[in-house]
Amino acid sequence: MSQALDIVQVVASGLMMGLIYALIAVGLSLIFGLMDVVNFAHGEFLMLAMYATFGFVFATGLDPVIAAPLVVAIMFTIGVAVYAGVIRHALRSRANAGMVQIFATFGLALLIQGLVQYYFTPDYRNIGASWLGGRTLSVAGIFLPCPQIYGGLLSIAVFAGLHLLMTRTDFGRALEATREDKGGVALVGIDRNRIFALGWGLGAALVGLAGSVLAIFYYIHPQVGATFALISYVTVALGGFGSIFGALIAGLIVGLTESVTAMILPPALKSVGVYSLYLAVLFIRPTGLFGKL
Amino acid sequence: MSSPTIVTCRGVSKRFGGLLANDGIDLTIARGEILGLIGPNGAGKSTLFNLIAGAFPVSSGTIMLGDREITALSAQQRCKLGVARTYQVPRSFESMTVIENVTVGAFVRQRRVSAALEKAYRTLEYVGLVEHATVAAADLSPPLKRRLEIARALATEPTLLLLDEVLTGLTPSEARAGVELIRTIRDSGVTIVMVEHVMEIVMPLVDRAVVLNLGKVLAEGKPKDVVRDESVITAYLGDRHRAA
Amino acid sequence: MHYSISRSSRFVAEHAAQQRRQLLVALAVFAAIALLPWMVSDVYLMNVLVLTLLYAALSQSWNLLGGYCGQISLGHALYFGVGAYATSVTFVKFGILPWAGMFLGGAIASVIALALGYPCFRLKGHYFSIATIVIAEIGLLLVNNWNFVGAALGVQWPVSPDSWWTLQFARTKIPYFYVALAMFAATWLVTFWIVDSKWGYAWRAVKDSPEAAESLGVTVFHTKMAAAAISAFFTALGGGFFAAFVSYIDPESVMQFQISLLMALPAVLGGIGSLWGPAIGALILIPLAEFSRSYLGGSGSGIDLAIYGGLIMIVALISPDGITGLYRRLRSGAAA
Repeated sequence: MSQALDIVQVVASGLMMGLIYALIAVGLSLIFGLMDVVNFAHGEFLMLAMYATFGFVFATGLDPVIAAPLVVAIMFTIGVAVYAGVIRHALRSRANAGMVQIFATFGLALLIQGLVQYYFTPDYRNIGASWLGGRTLSVAGIFLPCPQIYGGLLSIAVFAGLHLLMTRTDFGRALEATREDKGGVALVGIDRNRIFALGWGLGAALVGLAGSVLAIFYYIHPQVGATFALISYVTVALGGFGSIFGALIAGLIVGLTESVTAMILPPALKSVGVYSLYLAVLFIRPTGLFGKL
Repeated sequence: MSSPTIVTCRGVSKRFGGLLANDGIDLTIARGEILGLIGPNGAGKSTLFNLIAGAFPVSSGTIMLGDREITALSAQQRCKLGVARTYQVPRSFESMTVIENVTVGAFVRQRRVSAALEKAYRTLEYVGLVEHATVAAADLSPPLKRRLEIARALATEPTLLLLDEVLTGLTPSEARAGVELIRTIRDSGVTIVMVEHVMEIVMPLVDRAVVLNLGKVLAEGKPKDVVRDESVITAYLGDRHRAA
Repeated sequence: MHYSISRSSRFVAEHAAQQRRQLLVALAVFAAIALLPWMVSDVYLMNVLVLTLLYAALSQSWNLLGGYCGQISLGHALYFGVGAYATSVTFVKFGILPWAGMFLGGAIASVIALALGYPCFRLKGHYFSIATIVIAEIGLLLVNNWNFVGAALGVQWPVSPDSWWTLQFARTKIPYFYVALAMFAATWLVTFWIVDSKWGYAWRAVKDSPEAAESLGVTVFHTKMAAAAISAFFTALGGGFFAAFVSYIDPESVMQFQISLLMALPAVLGGIGSLWGPAIGALILIPLAEFSRSYLGGSGSGIDLAIYGGLIMIVALISPDGITGLYRRLRSGAAA
């Protein structure tokens, strides 16, 4: 009986973490779906959001949950700024567009990492006591950490919101239109640059929200973004670049796989399960589960 | 390799998801002719063109090249057998020069670089692009890029040349030069299939025309007969084309 | 038909002459580099030079697959690691000379590249790049847990007297310099030879437009496989050399992601798809990385990382074709 409970525990934890992975990944997928750019500084955005949350708590003494809206707003601004200052120029190149944006965003990632390390030192930081931090909820014998539950619920809410945004609002439709036909949208009065900038802002805001959640229970240091970066890229690619729904499903799969793998293999190898799964899926569907060609 | 028919399509169909783009098409192409593949928008011309070229596989039906069935062969294999094509929107190799572009094609029949380069040079002379030989392909104007497409395809020494809207959107003098070139190519023994929209230019050029509509063959025959065909006129009325 | 046979042969002859000139220039450059050890006595500087030459060779190899064939691999550290480990393990456990070990590593790497190519070359663009990162990570994790090759502790080369046989020199770095130079020259020459061959044209066509290439008789899949195998071979060779050079390797030092990045960046900086691009890029990036790490980053300040990142960003943005692209544009702009 306890064996079954163990399995359920592993599955539940995995899915919960998976929802958070989905939240981390969806911003990346959105940006790619919009303009074919993979933001290799995505992990650093996450890291910045975590530092911002920490800073807020440190400065005000308030709970990190309260920090979330502010962090989201800050990250939105950063996203727009990065688009305007960096990405817009990267898109100019014709022949090697793919490579330019890879290396431009990589360079940005290192720059951000370096600056953060310089200003905040490589020391690991921790938010410590907070309303959710360190608490666990017990449901029918399953123990779920409160921050993770918070993150999971937030993630579900975000995905529902995104669905509404994309299908019901003008902005969402404009995003979709720009994604389908970048050249033609100008004809119907859609300012491509504005949409791209807002898209970047939204993408950064989403990962910012994820960062504010992670900061509650994860150690904060300059390289933390790199830790989550690869998982996010794998999640996005697994779900299919550009597919919001794909990011959700893939996140759940990744979280679950990681959790189950940790049960079978030594913890150091827990990522091997996820990576192998990624390769297996891509072998069958070269553009991910729900990606467009 | 000397049968009078170079291409035979039997019952060729292509389905894209829910859309049946080509529906049971039977078609023969005679060796040495210039065949025009025409029809209103969405008729399935490009699909048939691409099926013959091998860009994607048929959903059903067979395609023969001479006596040989090529239905399952890839574009690369068909090229080796003598089928070459151009792209409607030119897909030149932008990081290479004009002559390098053509050299890629030349390597189908030549083994050594010097032979391939020489063949490429002569092909450029043939189509009239040789002054631009060392220019980057990316810097060519669209009409010249079209000609580069043709040169590249010619360098593979095809017996069947598939041209995808090579005359669309050209100025009258450019179009005249294009027609001249196509005639010269045919006179050298290459069979040509052209997908075209510009009726006034195409009809005087082709030996035979096949009209597609809604994925099926609507009419075929000599141009002057086809343009007077009732069903063809009706099919085109939606496109505002009128037979002369 | 009126062909001007003499004009076409003249063109071909001119092309061949151009090739010969390029070759002579290259040989002159290699000869000039060979004189450097006579002018440099500082050990630290010599170290930097050896690393620069090594990464020039590595980046040149990466460029074969990434720059010319257009398949952006961000997991080449896998092959570097294979080479380093093959050389180290065979030497330490079986006494096989590093020279043989290097080539064994190269062969193994090629086979791995071919095996991986089969599933991976179905993937395009970012999907492919991410797959390469993932595979390299798996490799790192596996090696980290594989006791036969020392797991996380790595492989330590035994202290041996200076010898060309074992490629071990304690008192001077100069022999390493020449081996690294030889490797760089070899990869340059291989690139030079391939670019002006049927394979080279096929690679570049596949990079620009795989579909058009296919329609012109190029078998895209085989083309990518060949590029991958050759690239992997030379990368592993470099890994083997590195192992002999530093005499101690562990998974982090030869298989981590930063190494993959460091192989690709010089090519991007110098100009991917160009003959001298990777070398120029290595000449700028490697000394910069070394010096900033030693003088600025020693305390973990992060400034070196920031400068490094900033430089990459700037280069990627100003000239997508790298430095050689910039040079070419300036020259044609001046001529116009």
